[in-house]
Amino acid sequence: MLDISTWFNDILAGNLIFTAQTLGYYWEGLVTTTQLVFLSLVIGLVMAVPLAVLRGSKHQWIRLPIYLYTYVFRGTPLLIQLYIIYYGVVFVDGIQESFLWPLLREAFYPALIAFTLNTAAYTTEIFHGAIKATARGEIEAARAYGMSQNLMMRRIILPSAFRRALPAYGNEVIFMLHASAIASVVTLMDLTGAARFVYARYYAPFEAFLFVAAIYLCLTFAILYFFRFLEKKLLAHLRPLS
Amino acid sequence: MKKLLTVSLLGLAIAATTAQARDYDHVRIGVDVPYEPMEYRTPEGELTGFDIDLGNELCERVGVTCEWIEQEWDGIVPGLLARNYDAIMSSMTINDQRRQTVLFSDPYFTPPSAWFAPATSELEETTKESLEGKTIGVQRGTLQDNYVTDMYGNVADINRYSTADDMVLDMEAERLDIVFLDYPVGKATLIDSENRDYQVVGEKITEPKEYFGDGFGIAFRQRDEALAERFNEALDEVQQDGTYDEIHQKYFGEEE
Repeated sequence: MLDISTWFNDILAGNLIFTAQTLGYYWEGLVTTTQLVFLSLVIGLVMAVPLAVLRGSKHQWIRLPIYLYTYVFRGTPLLIQLYIIYYGVVFVDGIQESFLWPLLREAFYPALIAFTLNTAAYTTEIFHGAIKATARGEIEAARAYGMSQNLMMRRIILPSAFRRALPAYGNEVIFMLHASAIASVVTLMDLTGAARFVYARYYAPFEAFLFVAAIYLCLTFAILYFFRFLEKKLLAHLRPLS
Repeated sequence: MKKLLTVSLLGLAIAATTAQARDYDHVRIGVDVPYEPMEYRTPEGELTGFDIDLGNELCERVGVTCEWIEQEWDGIVPGLLARNYDAIMSSMTINDQRRQTVLFSDPYFTPPSAWFAPATSELEETTKESLEGKTIGVQRGTLQDNYVTDMYGNVADINRYSTADDMVLDMEAERLDIVFLDYPVGKATLIDSENRDYQVVGEKITEPKEYFGDGFGIAFRQRDEALAERFNEALDEVQQDGTYDEIHQKYFGEEE
């Protein structure tokens, strides 16, 4: 380990800001940001699918709470949600003794909870919109085949809705990556946290933030590329033949 | 071409000198609030504290009007360089690293740093071994941050906060095992607080100088030497005639 760090310092010789230590912070930040965004997106997606289906339920007592949930989480800034979950939760009586405390004590889990609930709300609405936009003809054809409601949902509506939602969902993923920049306000050492640390220690705003902006750009590019690949694959039937 | 260059260089030089010789009659001072008892707001919302009182006194003696501008700590030096204000008087410790960027007045106060933990904590010393695996709280970009990062960065978790408030909140929430703060600030916000009981762990710390510097100074832009000189003279004056001691007494009481 020491060898690597001296080797690194040799390469970076003369650079006061980008030493092995600060690059280590950036690396740590990259890992935290990726973990946080990836986990919240996966859990959010898993939550959003049933919620989106139920959001279009015939029964008001199912529909309304989900509508309220998406309305509240889309209607308030993510930063406020994060503050409430991280700083607010400690004022709940007895929380320090509860079994949840080992999780809530770390900054990571409150941030994960806030991000997950937020992205789940947006994704629910994206999917709900896509489900609602299913062509009437497809549904009528499924009915004519005698499919039950469940089978129709599984085989006809959801697959076509996912395809339709794909571009909008890709945007949501990128928004989530950018929104994760606020994680550093609750002491998480994410990419932005690392940049703020370097900035505050060396008073070098340009170096610290331009470098981190470049990393975000690379991540965004990777996400864009992935979704373009997915769209090409899944929406192949919509492409013109020639 | 060469002539043109010389002339424009000359012009630049003249412009630079006039900028240097700029005479202030209104000085804007950047400050990070709250940092009790150095700078904080009364329940009525009025800005007060040791820095504020001393600063206002100095301004009066220098013969300028002063305006306090609030700025979060981690952007306070860039804010000075960006001319958002003309000086920083915000418990800023003089050290070599900062000297490369800003010009300091003479030190006007020398506080030690200290470790604070809940009274129930079993921590009795702050060696590397005893803090292994613990969570340490510091304010981002402070000299305490630099010290803790370099000394304990590879054994303990370090949580960095933008304001001292957030840190105290997390200390009360039991998210932090121990925090490292300027001693007077820790005493005012933790020891003297009514919420919970806290204790000082180990000795007050002022060494090594490389981290803890030479006490608090007022920071100016490098070129404002004249202004810094005027403040130094005023500082001498208040220290001579006892005004300094009055202000010190008001915020720190008797020295222990």
